[in-house]
Amino acid sequence: MSRLSIEVPGRAQTVVEELYRDVERRISASPPGICPVDISLSFLHLCHAQTCGKCVPCRIGLGQLTTLLESVLDSTATLGTIDLIEKTARVILDTADCAIGYEAARMVLMGVQGFRDDYVSHVERGRCLFGLDQPVPCVALCPAGVDIPGYIALVRAGRCDDAVRLIRKDNPFPAVCGYVCEHPCEARCRRRMVDDAVNICGIKRYACDHASKDAAPPPCAPPTGKRVAIVGGGPGGLSAAYFLALMGHEIEVYDQRPQLGGMLRYGIPDYRLPRERLDADIDFILSTGIKVQTGVSIGRDIPFSEIEEQYDAVYLAIGAHNDRKLGIEGEDSAGVYSAVQILRDIGEGNAPDLTGKRVCVIGGGNVSMDATRSAVRLGAESVTCVYRRRMADMTALAEEIEEAAGEGAQLLFLQAPVRVEADASGQVAALWTRPQMIGPYGTDGRPKPRSADAPEFRIPCDVVIVAIGQEIDAQPFEQVAPVVRGKIQAAADAFVPNTPHVFAGGDAVTGPATVIRAVAAGKVAAANIDAHLGYHHIITTDVDIPPAHLTNTPACGRVELKTRPLAECKGNFEPVKCGMTEEEAQQETSRCLRCDHFGYGIFKGGRTSTW
Amino acid sequence: MVKLTINDTPVSVRSGTTILEAAASVGIEIPNLCYLKDVNEISACRVCCVEIEGEGKLVPSCNNVVRDGMVIHTNSPRVREARRTNVELLLSQHDVSCAACVRSGTCQLQKVATDLGVLKVPYPLHLVQGKKAYWTHTFPLYRDANKCIKCMRCVQICDKVQSLSIWDVSGSGSRTTIDVSGNRFIKESDCALCGQCITHCPTGALSERDDTAQAFSALAHPDKVTVIQIAPAVRAAWAETLGMDTGKATAGQMVSALRKMGADYVFDTTFSADLTIMEEGNELLHRLRAGDLAEKPMFTSCCPGWIRFLKSQYPEWTKRLSTAKSPQQMFGAVAKTWLADRIGVPPEKIFSVSIMPCVAKKAECELPGMQSTAAGPDVDLVLTTRELVRMVRAENLDVHTLPEAAFDTPLDAGSGAGVIFGATGGVMEAALRSAYYLTTGSNPPAYAFHVVRGYDAGRHGWREATFELAGIPIRCAVVNGLGNARRLLQALERGDVKYEFVEVMACPGGCAGGGGQPVDGSDRELATLRGDVLHNLDAAAEMRFSHENPVVLELYQEFLGEPCSEKAEQLLHTDHFAWNMPN
Repeated sequence: MSRLSIEVPGRAQTVVEELYRDVERRISASPPGICPVDISLSFLHLCHAQTCGKCVPCRIGLGQLTTLLESVLDSTATLGTIDLIEKTARVILDTADCAIGYEAARMVLMGVQGFRDDYVSHVERGRCLFGLDQPVPCVALCPAGVDIPGYIALVRAGRCDDAVRLIRKDNPFPAVCGYVCEHPCEARCRRRMVDDAVNICGIKRYACDHASKDAAPPPCAPPTGKRVAIVGGGPGGLSAAYFLALMGHEIEVYDQRPQLGGMLRYGIPDYRLPRERLDADIDFILSTGIKVQTGVSIGRDIPFSEIEEQYDAVYLAIGAHNDRKLGIEGEDSAGVYSAVQILRDIGEGNAPDLTGKRVCVIGGGNVSMDATRSAVRLGAESVTCVYRRRMADMTALAEEIEEAAGEGAQLLFLQAPVRVEADASGQVAALWTRPQMIGPYGTDGRPKPRSADAPEFRIPCDVVIVAIGQEIDAQPFEQVAPVVRGKIQAAADAFVPNTPHVFAGGDAVTGPATVIRAVAAGKVAAANIDAHLGYHHIITTDVDIPPAHLTNTPACGRVELKTRPLAECKGNFEPVKCGMTEEEAQQETSRCLRCDHFGYGIFKGGRTSTW
Repeated sequence: MVKLTINDTPVSVRSGTTILEAAASVGIEIPNLCYLKDVNEISACRVCCVEIEGEGKLVPSCNNVVRDGMVIHTNSPRVREARRTNVELLLSQHDVSCAACVRSGTCQLQKVATDLGVLKVPYPLHLVQGKKAYWTHTFPLYRDANKCIKCMRCVQICDKVQSLSIWDVSGSGSRTTIDVSGNRFIKESDCALCGQCITHCPTGALSERDDTAQAFSALAHPDKVTVIQIAPAVRAAWAETLGMDTGKATAGQMVSALRKMGADYVFDTTFSADLTIMEEGNELLHRLRAGDLAEKPMFTSCCPGWIRFLKSQYPEWTKRLSTAKSPQQMFGAVAKTWLADRIGVPPEKIFSVSIMPCVAKKAECELPGMQSTAAGPDVDLVLTTRELVRMVRAENLDVHTLPEAAFDTPLDAGSGAGVIFGATGGVMEAALRSAYYLTTGSNPPAYAFHVVRGYDAGRHGWREATFELAGIPIRCAVVNGLGNARRLLQALERGDVKYEFVEVMACPGGCAGGGGQPVDGSDRELATLRGDVLHNLDAAAEMRFSHENPVVLELYQEFLGEPCSEKAEQLLHTDHFAWNMPN
């Protein structure tokens, strides 16, 4: 008999481990709208299976909670049952010996407090308050509601032109989004239940890269004689302009910069979004007959009241172009820039020369990554991105962080900037930081950093770029619209209360967000401005969608876009990502499960062909 | 053409044909439960799955189209096992008290399970309990959650055809069921009570409130004089589930069936359809001359489903309705006044029953203003055609041997114009025939207004025609189905169209396709066939014009004076504003 032996997992345990991974993927593919009580019950079942059985609250209590939750779902419970659930969960939380018990109880307690109204509705009316609105997960999560299964099927059929036409029904920036969309659509892709999300964004880029360049927009509706002014020529303003032009209204876009595009041009560097792709989308939009006034700032060059009077409706889509300040000592030293300013200069063709400079970038979001990677390209000797939390806490996309690191930028975590040290001439000499350690969770559900018991840290540098967020330049509009905490207050239909015909949307209303949310806001505004003007124009397309293949492809890896060798990326702003090849696009499109045809989609909401 | 093989039989069908239809074209039947052509092709029941060589999984045949070279097996061992298992699973959530079910014999689940030879279900029975199983017993529409197989047909009919979206999917997991949308109870909803969800339900989950016991009790009551009226559309359809094809059993046989059950008087609603024409036709001419129809039309008011729809969806249009009561209610008002006097029975002794192809009529008779005397409602009880059929069966009456009998006098006379009230376009046609006479003093040819007939909904969802009455052009529109009615109202609101007179019927095909008509479990849409029966009755009728109905004329002479007189207004017209939706 050996004294010790090596543990080898048995076959059952190996399979269970595989099931755990399946469950993880399954949960990540949960569509929005599921009954929260039922989900609580399902988690509770799982938790209870983990119980070792030693302690009363966990062994019996979790089981009884299961029974009680079932009675709620069966609508045989009373309001007293909900109180009993709450009390029982509280006692388990208080008395369970280990996390298996008390964490399970905490989940139930969170639910019974967080969605008590749903518990009550189950008990009193036998009904859940939630339900599926849009059963196709990718479409449900795309703010603009683009027909994703539709265009994927078209790409699979080799019909890229039609794919792009279909996208434009809801989003007039197909190429831009093919390159820089944050693709919320992929988050709950049902294909995750099989293997991994479909690379939707990559497929869209493939469609745009392979569509013919001479497409024309659909004909505009007969002129209505109504005039609409769009203030701000970014993705939101231009989306509204495009749809309103198709609806037959006369559109004039005002932008304070010399060129259209807003943050797409003045915020996103070329290596992520090539200029010619942006220009192509904008040219397409303008070919509907939209008039443009660039280099004109409404509120400064032309009083807003004039615009308000001259037009039948106004859409404010001014974005968020002002940088946020750190508020630390030395911030006004020479060599301290805001990321907004640097990226704008690059967009305007006035990129600063950082050759030989040591650069510090402050912030952990996508703009910080844009500034970091741009600095690398502008010849900086070293680029250090300083962030006060951990890498896992960064809000930038994981691949942006990886690529920044790959391009040679240093990432310095858990360092909070305290002051900028300047030399005698007022020029930046160093960034001082206070070391942090990660601490308890804050109210936002994220662990908060706190000062560590360690001496301040000096990072010698010549340039500091601050990328800690943007806000809107609302000042010229404060007379027009209520501005609260830097955001214009507009209703969900984009209408600005107490104005005759002013609408607002995009970053200016929501705070800095994404391209696709700006596009969605423009779409919402277009529909509601049209209605406000007394019309009900329909936006649609005649693209027919290929029927679904009957058998889905077996589990298969997800095609990721290849990155150019990072050494090649230094010193230039050429695109970093390579598009899919034809065979990659074929394989990736074949992974789509066609939720528009299979499952609930065939019954309800699988396709919204008009809006 | 696409060529394929189904069960070793070569099949050639046009491209775009579903597998189900392709199989049917060569006589191969694939069982199914949720499928309803053009309305519900969602493959929810998975009973119609077939095996296609080369495909990984079984494929539902109802919503997948054929492709060249497909080799399909509809009865392979794999298909048999799957079909049977899925039916057994449905049965495990179904209250299989078939003997005590309104749809026993016409239930599609019962048929599929019986055909498959399912004698035992290997799964434990899980029935809905608690509040989820609750349904009011007073609303004219009844739902039994434990009979529902979640086929979604009701949801789709109400969404796509009737545009009211009363039904929606509710709950999660195996507790998922169909319930009133928006977390409402049915009484809080804007249900029009058209009953199309009932006639398209494959099982007994949806039905009308059963009022047959009340009817039997009244028929047996020694002190009650039962006065029964039968709507025109009932005669075309009533024996369909009694072994007689559409139109083969007659109104006369129905009369004798009711007499055998103990009815004291059996009358014909066609009489009051003619009366409606007199009132509504005169109202039309009056409103036309008064300039009231210059901007917006007058709508017909005989369909209570339509009125419920209008009042909930477009309440601001309520004043455009004709104030004339429906034929059912005009009959009821006459029955407890003039008729009571005529037959020498005090109105409080009269128990007035109507037999209607309609569920909404059960709500209509309870509306405020539908009580002309102190003797209770003008119509005490409304039975659907289906309830009549159940009563005929309960009495063990054999339709094939039932003799012909005549309606009772005096309310026996009805014109052909009154009979076609039961088909879409009929009210319009009948009204125009008489309006022509009223304006010109002579009868038009009876076929003069045929153009408003037909079941083809037309390009926009309704049919239109313009007629000149004594030099005044009257633009008419005829619409059936509430989705079409909504489209018409939207067009009217936008000012895209202008009419003087619009007929609306809530049910597709009009009363012939009414929500109270028999359901035989075949999924055949019979409204057209039944409408043809009514049109044939009109063509064969000696009397084609409502204004020639001698009893109607007698009624005016003896009792009402003239159409739209004060007395007529009081008895035969109603205030549509006297109640609100939800009702």
